[in-house]
Amino acid sequence: MSWINRVRNALPFAAPKRDTPDNLWIKCPSCGEMLFTKEYEDNQSVCPRCDHHGRIGADARLAQLMDPGFVLLPAPKVKEDPLKFRDTKKYVDRIKGARAANPHPDALTNAVGRIEGKKAVVGVQEFAFMGGSMGMAVGNAFIAGTERAIREKCPYIAVTAAGGARMQEGILSLMQMPRSTVAISRLHAAGLPYIVVLTDPTTGGVTASYAMLGDIQIAEPGALIGFAGQRVIQDTIREKLPEGFQRAEYLHAHGMIDMVVHRHSLRATLAETIDYLMAAKAA
Amino acid sequence: MISYLEFEKPVAALEARIAELRDTAAASGELDIAAEIRRLETKSAELLANTYRALSPWQKTQVARHPARPHFRDYVERMFTGFMPLGGDRLFGEDQAIIGGFARLGNRRVMLIGHEKGNDTQSRIRHNFGMGKPEGYRKAVRLMEMASRFGLPVVTLVDTSGAFPGVEAEERGQAEAIARSTEACLALGVPMVATIVGEGGSGGAVALASAERVLMLEHAVYSVISPEGCASILWRTAEKAPEAAEAMKVTAQDLLALGVIDRIVPEPVGGAHRDPAATCTALAAAIGEELDHLAGKNADALRALRAERFLRIGA
Repeated sequence: MSWINRVRNALPFAAPKRDTPDNLWIKCPSCGEMLFTKEYEDNQSVCPRCDHHGRIGADARLAQLMDPGFVLLPAPKVKEDPLKFRDTKKYVDRIKGARAANPHPDALTNAVGRIEGKKAVVGVQEFAFMGGSMGMAVGNAFIAGTERAIREKCPYIAVTAAGGARMQEGILSLMQMPRSTVAISRLHAAGLPYIVVLTDPTTGGVTASYAMLGDIQIAEPGALIGFAGQRVIQDTIREKLPEGFQRAEYLHAHGMIDMVVHRHSLRATLAETIDYLMAAKAA
Repeated sequence: MISYLEFEKPVAALEARIAELRDTAAASGELDIAAEIRRLETKSAELLANTYRALSPWQKTQVARHPARPHFRDYVERMFTGFMPLGGDRLFGEDQAIIGGFARLGNRRVMLIGHEKGNDTQSRIRHNFGMGKPEGYRKAVRLMEMASRFGLPVVTLVDTSGAFPGVEAEERGQAEAIARSTEACLALGVPMVATIVGEGGSGGAVALASAERVLMLEHAVYSVISPEGCASILWRTAEKAPEAAEAMKVTAQDLLALGVIDRIVPEPVGGAHRDPAATCTALAAAIGEELDHLAGKNADALRALRAERFLRIGA
């Protein structure tokens, strides 16, 4: 940019009017194709050229999966910053920043409603919120979601996306592994299904707890799913990782998930799954 | 020969001086040297006690990882009798990083499961440095379920830097194996007492520590990620590990205050490695007491106790 443009752009009254908003185009992170944002979003944030499944937030996800009229559940109150954690930045400031940039107060949002007419509570993890990381808020939301499902006598569906545990909550984040597992066992004790939809990326303590305990395990194409991070593994074995390692298709080939389902078919697949799992209860 | 940690250098210097004087005394038989030795011994013991009373979280991490710290096999030898190791997950293989089997603690018959790190190069490799693979966690599930069927309480000794991060472990479902092991702990119809004896590293530790009573040795550490790992992610350098250890609250004392653990088992002055026998006596007594408290509770009551214990944490 020349100095004259720089000066002109710094002056609000002199800056050139833009005919087009910034986000009219979007570049597919996989194939690099330039796509109309509108077209891309109308296609559920799946690249029409290479079928790459983009990361989406809780609101978009819920709108894609649930029938209109679903209701968001309130975010459970939790003790904020229980360890008074500070790294290069205070944890409270990191949360503030994440809240300013995201529509929901933490990384897991529940909604109750219907999927093609079938009742369900759906919890969606927001990767954009501190990497979807699991702390007290996520754990409590997960528990609240399963409790609501038990009251509604319907399945709980978790759509996961997380780097893992929220380190700024230390051991309390780790404790969400047994806590969420308790919640799942209560759902099972009530005879209700727990369905997991693994989306890109799902790793660490989230994978090693509620993301792997579904009656049915569904993953989106290409989603990165694993326990250890790829860099950690590479540092341990000092070899090149195999092609497609820790991707949804790789997990399917190794027997870790039931199916890999295209985003366009996800809603119908969930509805059909619920239909089977709830058939005996409905009769 | 004791291997000294960095912060034990002053103690090491004193103890070296004492040893030197002893050699001189043995040679000459002079009395005034004996007095000097006693004086130095008192000083050294005080210094050691003071050092260990005020260990920082990072220093505790080093004590917890001390090469001479008692490991699973030491506890088996000193605390239990009649240990009968049971092998394999019946699915893939036998993982020596996680060991389990029947054992007697006093007159109590239990299922004993724990991580073994190994104590020399050969055994460390055999035990994969205490980093469990999916087959290890699946073996733990198998043994826990059997214990539950036959009414044997489960005792676990947790000591791992974490579950193994490797291609094969991922391929065979490391995450699922850990999740199932946690689930198996929570579903037990028999009493379960877990103790973090060294390092309680992340999911690999939780998978064997989701018990209704969780104990910790005085200088053990328990955390969501290693201080080095946390530092390299949040501070972008592993050198900030001491700060990360401090911030994450990894010590038994912090975790008791947070309600994450239920009881601290005191270690001898200078850490478990200075007196493994005393450590084992204290731990055996503590676990025995906990088991006796839990005896007579039925399966549903135990499951409820466990569930409520975890749901309460942080609330």
